[in-house]
Amino acid sequence: MLRDITLGQYYQAESVIHRLDSRVKLAGTVIYIISLFCFKNIWGYLCAALFLAVVIRLSKVPFKFMIKGMRSIIFLLLITVIFNLFLTPGETVVAVWKLKITKEGIRTASFMAIRLSMLIIGSSVMTLTTTPNHLTDGLEKAMRPLKALRFPVHEIAMMMSIALRFIPILLEETDKIMKAQIARGADFENGNLLKRAKALVPLLVPLFISAFRRANDLAMAMEARCYRGGEGRTKMKPLVYKKRDAAAYVVLLAYLAGSIAIGRFLF
Amino acid sequence: MGIIETDKLTFEYIRRDEDGNVEGITRAVDEVDLDISQGDFIAILGHNGSGKSTLAKHMNAILTPTEGVIWVDGRDTREEEEVWEIRQTAGMVFQNPDNQIIGQVVEEDVGFGPENMGVPTKEIWERVKESLKAVGMYEFRKYSPNKLSGGQKQRVSIAGVLAMHPKCIVLDEPTAMLDPNGRREVIRAVRALNDVENVTVILITHYMEEIIHADKVFVMDGGRIAMQGTPREIFSDVERIKELRLDVPQVTLLAHELQKRGIDMPDGILSIEELVNEIMKRSKPCQ
Repeated sequence: MLRDITLGQYYQAESVIHRLDSRVKLAGTVIYIISLFCFKNIWGYLCAALFLAVVIRLSKVPFKFMIKGMRSIIFLLLITVIFNLFLTPGETVVAVWKLKITKEGIRTASFMAIRLSMLIIGSSVMTLTTTPNHLTDGLEKAMRPLKALRFPVHEIAMMMSIALRFIPILLEETDKIMKAQIARGADFENGNLLKRAKALVPLLVPLFISAFRRANDLAMAMEARCYRGGEGRTKMKPLVYKKRDAAAYVVLLAYLAGSIAIGRFLF
Repeated sequence: MGIIETDKLTFEYIRRDEDGNVEGITRAVDEVDLDISQGDFIAILGHNGSGKSTLAKHMNAILTPTEGVIWVDGRDTREEEEVWEIRQTAGMVFQNPDNQIIGQVVEEDVGFGPENMGVPTKEIWERVKESLKAVGMYEFRKYSPNKLSGGQKQRVSIAGVLAMHPKCIVLDEPTAMLDPNGRREVIRAVRALNDVENVTVILITHYMEEIIHADKVFVMDGGRIAMQGTPREIFSDVERIKELRLDVPQVTLLAHELQKRGIDMPDGILSIEELVNEIMKRSKPCQ
């Protein structure tokens, strides 16, 4: 059923990582990505892999869910590997026609592949352990300083959460309209690309009309409930840092310093 | 002065063509005078296009009158700085249950109003809890609204308004999109609010069954108030109700038909028990 759709890829579990403030997780992801590009030797990779493994273990999310996120970038990964493999100059190992695989190429390609995979897995730890709601809240609060630059932080966060609420409703509606049009002889499956694109018009027009009508209704309902923007608004579930969040920040900084030290200066 | 009072309230929709020239003016509400007291259960009836929804939107300052005045708890809705106070005093529940729930979790939606009003966090939680309990949806507080039935969604919407501690709730056809079970749920919740919490209820509907518990009924037609009185008074005039293109509850209709056939029946019978009693009184005891 479309109603049961979960957006993003949140995995429900009770873990320390799940309970962390979403701002910590956002910062953590950024720090982790930075750390991935800071080191140059194999020890740095080991350090990052170990850190990631510990976090995944703590998050209680099965590893196969992490791998799922990889599927979408497999193509990108392959291209990166192939380019690095063939186009890095250096000591030739195998030569096929004009293409040469070099020792340096193998090294860079494999490191790049590992780096990218860890990056994706690392960020999916965040999306898997944080509900879209909390993510929006976290973003709103983390971006608050931008308000001084007249960046509409609250409005964007509100738009995101409304979108999240209405996507399942609109999906269901699409399904309904589609069935109604099929019942009246519309054909969405046959014909060439152009024909099929044209067949979508009688689907999209009613969908848009209904979306605008809903938007209008919702705006009225929000006004009727005294919504007047972010000014003077209190939060039912305010984000408050707890002790564990401070501890997480300490761990993150220690990790960043450690990985830079190991990856750059040691050995 | 009552909680809601109007003086010759008039509202016109102006239709314009593409160049912005006035094509026509529709008088949706036409010189309506109302006086509603705190704690009343008011029903406003009318067929489609009778102006009842337009009237309702004035009570929440979503629309402001073209002519005439409406006071909500003594405040004139034309005063712009009073708008938020008015919306806090008179909450509003709309027809489509999907299009008025903002939160992704039931409790967050109920907290939306208080959040907007700037209520402190701790008090928001208390208000959310008591409002959800008042409509019997407390067990569902962690649910996604998408997983609720229509009747449950409307009860959540009512709780959302209730959490703003209004003196008055305006419900604009809250049951129009619901099945009979959902309709019953919602009406029960609304009646409980009126009885227990003493919230003024203004129920706009075209279902006759929903108005029999009202203290006072207004029937609208063509933007004007065509009839007013207690439900019994309204239903005494079956012919007039039919003229206004409204349905009469089956029991009332049956009693009316019996009366027409020459059986002595009082006017405005509202419930099955009443009708049964009246019939029993007139029938000869069985041997």
